Amino acid sequence: MKILVTVKEVATVEDEFEIEGTAIAEQYLGADLNEWDDYAIEEAVQLQEEGVADEVVTVTIGPEECEQTIRQALAKGADRAVRVWDDSLEDVDLLDVGAKTEILSAVVEEEDPDLVLTGVQSGDDSWGATGVSVAENLGYQWGAVVNHLEHDLEDAASVRRELEGGVEELTEIELPAVLTIQTGINEPRYASLRGIRQAQRKELDVKALADLDVDESAIESELELSDMYEPESESDVTTWEGSAEETAGELAELLRDKGVAP
Amino acid sequence: MTDVLAVTDHRRGELRDVSYEIITAGRQLADETGGDLHLAVVSGTVDDFAEKVNREGVDAIHTVDYGEEFNHDVYTQAITQLYDDLAPQYVLAPNSVNGLDYAPAVATELDLPIVTDTIGLETDGDTLIATREMYGGKVETTNELEGPAVATIRSAEWPQAEGTGDASIETFDATIDEDAIGSTVNGFEEVGGGDVDISEADVLVSVGRGIEEEDNLPLIEELADALGATVSSSRPIVDNGWLPKNRQVGQSGKVVTPDVYIAIGISGAVQHVAGMKGSDTIVAINTDPNAPIMDIADYAIVDDLFDVVPALTEEFQ
Repeated sequence: MKILVTVKEVATVEDEFEIEGTAIAEQYLGADLNEWDDYAIEEAVQLQEEGVADEVVTVTIGPEECEQTIRQALAKGADRAVRVWDDSLEDVDLLDVGAKTEILSAVVEEEDPDLVLTGVQSGDDSWGATGVSVAENLGYQWGAVVNHLEHDLEDAASVRRELEGGVEELTEIELPAVLTIQTGINEPRYASLRGIRQAQRKELDVKALADLDVDESAIESELELSDMYEPESESDVTTWEGSAEETAGELAELLRDKGVAP
Repeated sequence: MTDVLAVTDHRRGELRDVSYEIITAGRQLADETGGDLHLAVVSGTVDDFAEKVNREGVDAIHTVDYGEEFNHDVYTQAITQLYDDLAPQYVLAPNSVNGLDYAPAVATELDLPIVTDTIGLETDGDTLIATREMYGGKVETTNELEGPAVATIRSAEWPQAEGTGDASIETFDATIDEDAIGSTVNGFEEVGGGDVDISEADVLVSVGRGIEEEDNLPLIEELADALGATVSSSRPIVDNGWLPKNRQVGQSGKVVTPDVYIAIGISGAVQHVAGMKGSDTIVAINTDPNAPIMDIADYAIVDDLFDVVPALTEEFQ
């Protein structure tokens, strides 16, 4: 069985930041492996360690700078990686669900995996829709927000979907399928030093849109990001100032006033 | 004219609150150009559900009587067929776990753009302006879309529609291709349970990612002991296995309404806030003055929890 895992490098934002136009100014941004994808990688690597999967391949849409993040996934045990980038993607403000679906679908078709694992969402733009959209586009089955996957996979995946309010749905999904993976499904490992060394030698294939037969017009975003701003605070929060002893004292007084503390 | 087709949400025989909120969101969009609001009620006891969602502002309700519980293939087929029949400008779905399991498929199948987790929607009939958050709520963005689209709405952002409506209620004969159904729901399970019911507590001392390590948890437990309070947490603490699932506050955990909720090292992701914003008094202890939790807190201490929590514990010992 072959598993394809989508891996995204997400932008992280410092506590204090400034907005320039429709983006956060570069100096306040960092980069990290998308938290949800980390769990998807771990799930795939565990399936491989248990002999269920023969190969784990990652796919990333991103410029050369994100290869460090891709190497993290390789260091954790993925066998090889595909990175898709193109000059035409360079100036795109916002890659919407439709555009990502076109690109990722082309890679899935080429790789022909039995199982595709994606994170439920990404930590930066959090669409939460791309995995299901790819599945529908390719005629794969799917399951969104999966927090448990039985590892005796054959023709079907037995999963739990995490619904709201502490309820889980037990579902059987035919393969091939796309599962969007929720945090907490497993405990993602840290990459070992040996893994990091090995990752440097693993295959990382770079593909342009033309290599995948994806037309540039197909990735034009149908959404235009027209404004970005800091949300207005809805509450009139009272912020206590002073040393830790002073602020703790204020809070203690409040709790006593409300009769909820001794 | 901007007609809107909004999809209701239900589980285990009960309509979920977002079903009434989506009426408000849909009505508002339809009103902006004088269009009609259609509701889709798919699976379950559809006639009973249809009666309940027949509230003020709904023009027509279409029921698809197929199966008991949610199945994304049935929803996808029913809604795409309804779309072809009604030709609305917008399809609205809840940004619930189930909404995210069919809305992207509906958009793909209909070749429409999708905008998810919206907190505001406006239209002039051609352009949809959708407001949503990025970077975990640190910024809001507006996004413009031309022509028909699918949008999912965040729960609790629009008020619930009230009053009694006079919508037409019609059975929609969707043709469900059973061969295309590739997944089967075999049941449900309540998780958590256990010894403590955090939804009953008067005072919750709730801990988040800011605690950094499991070894630091006793700090929080000592404070809770001194206060006679109960310890709860945000999602990452449970994901890490540091506290059991029955302590998790939020959309996928418990909804709590204590007298006082002390959020320690919790940034306030929307999924967490959904579970605790009904608390009487919310106190946030966090180093980041711009953390989303500050937007709903009544009192805040912008400082290191490792300094403030021991000082607070000392007050009560």
